[in-house]
Amino acid sequence: MNAWFAQHRAAMASAFRRLWATPLNTLLSLLVIGIALTLPGLGYVLLDNLRDLGRTTSGVQQISLFMQLDASKRDVGDIENRLKQAATGKWRFVPKEAALKRMQTNEGMAEIVASLPRNPLPDAFIVEPTNVEPEALEILRKEIAGWPKVAHVQLDSAWVKRFDAFLKLGRLALWMLAGIFAAGLVAATFNTIRLQVMAQAAEIEVARMIGATDVFIRRPFYYFGALQGALGGLLAAALVIGALRLLAGPVGDLAALYGSTFSLRAPGVIEVVVLSGAGALLGWLGAQLSVSLSLRKFD
Amino acid sequence: MIVASNLTKRYPGGYEAVKDVSFEISAGQMVFITGHSGAGKTTLVKLIASIERPTAGSLVVNGQNLSALRRSAIPYLRRHFGMVFQDQKLLFDRSVLDNVLLPLQIVGLPRREAIRRAQAALDKVGLLNREKAMPIAISGGEQQRLAIARAVVNRPTVLLADEPTGNLDTESATEILELFVAFHQVGVTVVVATHDQNWIDRYHPNVLRLDHGRLI
Repeated sequence: MNAWFAQHRAAMASAFRRLWATPLNTLLSLLVIGIALTLPGLGYVLLDNLRDLGRTTSGVQQISLFMQLDASKRDVGDIENRLKQAATGKWRFVPKEAALKRMQTNEGMAEIVASLPRNPLPDAFIVEPTNVEPEALEILRKEIAGWPKVAHVQLDSAWVKRFDAFLKLGRLALWMLAGIFAAGLVAATFNTIRLQVMAQAAEIEVARMIGATDVFIRRPFYYFGALQGALGGLLAAALVIGALRLLAGPVGDLAALYGSTFSLRAPGVIEVVVLSGAGALLGWLGAQLSVSLSLRKFD
Repeated sequence: MIVASNLTKRYPGGYEAVKDVSFEISAGQMVFITGHSGAGKTTLVKLIASIERPTAGSLVVNGQNLSALRRSAIPYLRRHFGMVFQDQKLLFDRSVLDNVLLPLQIVGLPRREAIRRAQAALDKVGLLNREKAMPIAISGGEQQRLAIARAVVNRPTVLLADEPTGNLDTESATEILELFVAFHQVGVTVVVATHDQNWIDRYHPNVLRLDHGRLI
């Protein structure tokens, strides 16, 4: 067990040494990997921010419930009870008289309202559900529509659906982009490791001759690929955070113009770790492919 | 220790480097493989170290039949051998000490213990004072002694050498030979391929003489 740990430590140390030994090459490789991971990383963070924006903008997730015109006070109380039991979120009651009054305050509407023989507006509830997933909203809408004396349930869902579809499309595009760049990262690592294997040909040959197992020979390259990928991932995280810093000011100004306090959320520790981990995994994969192919000629 | 029966090695293209060779080397023996250039000495050494696979016949080393050996078992077999090559195969990107450390790193010896043993091996071949030097900075004779230190540092049961004095002057060659004799005297099986008749005249070892791949 000790020997096993010692060998892993030695392989990792050797990977560090090789990275350090050629600083310019290392820097260039890290830039390639870093930039390849930056674009999907930045895309992800921006989409995530957009989704937050969609959730926090009020008005989007309201359900308007209109009673039938002949609904009595008892019917309204019944709906009130049902809303209480369903515990779907906040709601408020808008009596038809209040609705009419509000309408009268609108410019040009007062005369029209005055000319009406009776109040054409129904009693209404405005529901603000806590769960704003489009599917959940749809389910809630259908349920409410089935309640007695409910004339019409309007979900401001068209906007939500469009927004959600846009996010889905964005996410798909992001995955495609990530896939392409991941392949690029694997290819970049593949090439770096291939050059390394060629440079270490003498050592590999001698090590084989004096009893090194395949695993012993491959291990430093795996560590190298993973380490390079992880460092590239960290670089990408730094670039994403830097880009967000630059965007934060203009985005804040834009939001202020719309009377919003929205601000861009920078990636957290977990996202940085995931980005770095993805880099390490892809680097390891590239190293694995490269070593398997490059070492064939030593057989 | 090493038993060959009707051993044949045919290279692609039909050239037979070793033909129908049978012999037995017991533990602790010192054996020289001799013959003219191209007689099959190097091929025989490579077969014993399982660098080459036999085409026909069998070769049993330490009770293991090399023809039937799985590829993954070869590294462990090679750890029983100390190998010395004519071209030394030293690593010129690292110090004398680090060259000797390599076999110990391969078996995963803790570093402190490894350094102690590497220094002992260097001491045995008279290179302890050069441990920090780079291989390029030491003489040809010293390079070959370094190769021997690397071969014995793992305390192998068999020391296997292919023309270890091929590129050396007589004085350096004698030093190398004395080292092999010293290891033989402490119980190591020594197998040396050489075309140098002087050695045989001086030490009267067991001799396997090859001629065009056949034992004579």
